[in-house]
Amino acid sequence: MIFSFDLLINAIVSGILIGGFYAAVTSGVSLSFGILDIVNIAHPAFIILGSYVAYIANASLGLDPILTAIVMTPAFFVLGAGIYQIYYVSFEKRGQESLRGLAFFFGLLFITEVTLVLYFGVDYRYVEAPYIGPTWHFGDVDLPLRMLVPCVVSLLLIAVLQLILTRTFIGRAIMAVAQDQLALRLMAVDPVRIKRIAFGISIATASLAGAFLIIIQPVEPSVGRDYIGRVFAICVLGGMGSLPGTVIAAMLIGIVESLTSTFYGPSWAPAVSFGFLLLTLAVRPAGLLGR
Amino acid sequence: MRTPLFVVACLAVAAVTFAVALAAGNDYVFFAGYVVLQYIVLGTAWNILGGYCGYVNFGSAAFFALGAYSTVAIYKYVTNNDFFSIPIPVLMLVGGIVSGAVGFGMGYLTLRLRGAFFAIATLALAVVLQTLVVNWDYVGGSRGAYILRAQEIPLIGNYIRYLFLIMLLLAVAALVVARLIERSRLGYGFATIRDDELAAEALGVPTLRLKLIATTISGALMGMAGAPFPYYIGYLQPSSTFGLDYAVNSIAMPLIGGTTSWVGPLIGAILLGSLQQIATVTISSAVNLLIVGFLLVAFVIVAPNGIVGLFHTYLQRKPEDFVGRRKVETDAPGSVP
Repeated sequence: MIFSFDLLINAIVSGILIGGFYAAVTSGVSLSFGILDIVNIAHPAFIILGSYVAYIANASLGLDPILTAIVMTPAFFVLGAGIYQIYYVSFEKRGQESLRGLAFFFGLLFITEVTLVLYFGVDYRYVEAPYIGPTWHFGDVDLPLRMLVPCVVSLLLIAVLQLILTRTFIGRAIMAVAQDQLALRLMAVDPVRIKRIAFGISIATASLAGAFLIIIQPVEPSVGRDYIGRVFAICVLGGMGSLPGTVIAAMLIGIVESLTSTFYGPSWAPAVSFGFLLLTLAVRPAGLLGR
Repeated sequence: MRTPLFVVACLAVAAVTFAVALAAGNDYVFFAGYVVLQYIVLGTAWNILGGYCGYVNFGSAAFFALGAYSTVAIYKYVTNNDFFSIPIPVLMLVGGIVSGAVGFGMGYLTLRLRGAFFAIATLALAVVLQTLVVNWDYVGGSRGAYILRAQEIPLIGNYIRYLFLIMLLLAVAALVVARLIERSRLGYGFATIRDDELAAEALGVPTLRLKLIATTISGALMGMAGAPFPYYIGYLQPSSTFGLDYAVNSIAMPLIGGTTSWVGPLIGAILLGSLQQIATVTISSAVNLLIVGFLLVAFVIVAPNGIVGLFHTYLQRKPEDFVGRRKVETDAPGSVP
């Protein structure tokens, strides 16, 4: 492999772009796992669900995937709130979330994937949108709009989430529920309701992340599995529950993955996030910006 | 029942099973039975860590595949160098050692942290090992590897019968190990970890060491279950060997059967395994996986102690009383003490 400078620059740029997308994928897990302590390993399955919703709207009505995703967020919110309610009644209330709660989410992941396989088959699906083809060039640097648009919108999404968490009452209550439920209760706020809302928001982000995913690459039902390790690696590396940390970690993993696939071949890229995960867990379990 | 008696009883049941399978006079029984037996081993292995210690392992497929691929690696080495062929029990031993070592290593890195991290790390492990195997041309890479097996085995006959017999003995061994653990100091140590790890640590239970023992035994058994698999399937390919169905089945079977004793995974594996074999033949393999998913979710919500738990509720006795363990009531989140 001949080392070339523009190859390096392009690898880094595309790493940053994909990192922005990873941040959107991880933001939901940062909310559920980082703040609420709910190990929602089914999150990637909801992202794939989001991809298929965007695909259906695009294929049958010609709608823009991102627009569809934004319109669909309330539906995903309701879905998330419903799932949290089941989770709360069946596991959290009984104090069985560690073993059976995990198995519950694993079952959900499995059911979603197999159902999608049964309905749509294992063919790769893709969407059409005006920004999927063209690429902007700045000197040696290529900026494919297919990557740039999801990256920019996902950074917007994270900014909005961060504003909600720090500026609104609900957001502050969500941060509070992670710290001290009893104190929140004494302030006459129902912690279960707050958690339900927070989990709803977390699943709502999956709608958007799903649309980004299907813009970036063709999607088939089992694609989500590749994201499980990555998403949790980013979440842990960034520091549990810290959205700015999530963005930094996502960019970092994006860049390292992109460099790996440029210089060693794409089939090695999945091992990167696992390496990061193990390294973080072994060296600094609190993550980069851990609370 | 004392352990030697239990071993004899298990072997007797195994002998009857083999005799019945022989009497059926159809080799398909052995093909289907092998899969069910394999799931008994996987389910029991998962339960040693998941049921006894309360640590969820999503990477059963990875440990299983490690066993299978160590067999492939040895097979390639032997056939390339014209050595004599290595008997399957030896291969199982190697597979067990490899998987046990990986289980130990990963446990060492992640088990000092909260349980969720271990679960996530096991999920990621499957992806990474698959990446390694796909990039490792020696064992076939993403193209897969062929294993040639002998047609006949002296004394037993058809090769599938031989594989069935081996898996039957492994299943017996797994059940005996699980039962031994359950009734030993080790088992009580595991139970304290599951019920309240902090309190156990405070009372001087060496939690990390116990968890590492559990991970190693569990991983080794899964690897041993995987080692004969290439000979069973004939053509080994990464995406199916690392498939999610092994992971989901080895979790679903103990949880559906009941996690507190060795009987649970056995019941779960026999029921679910046979159900899947029937569904695969009569409906389709995708639908049978859907059934497993729904059963898993339904059981963890409705019957947290599985079929064994349901049975004991029916007998008006708490399952915890039966196995001599006390369940610690934890505070529901949000409740005011």
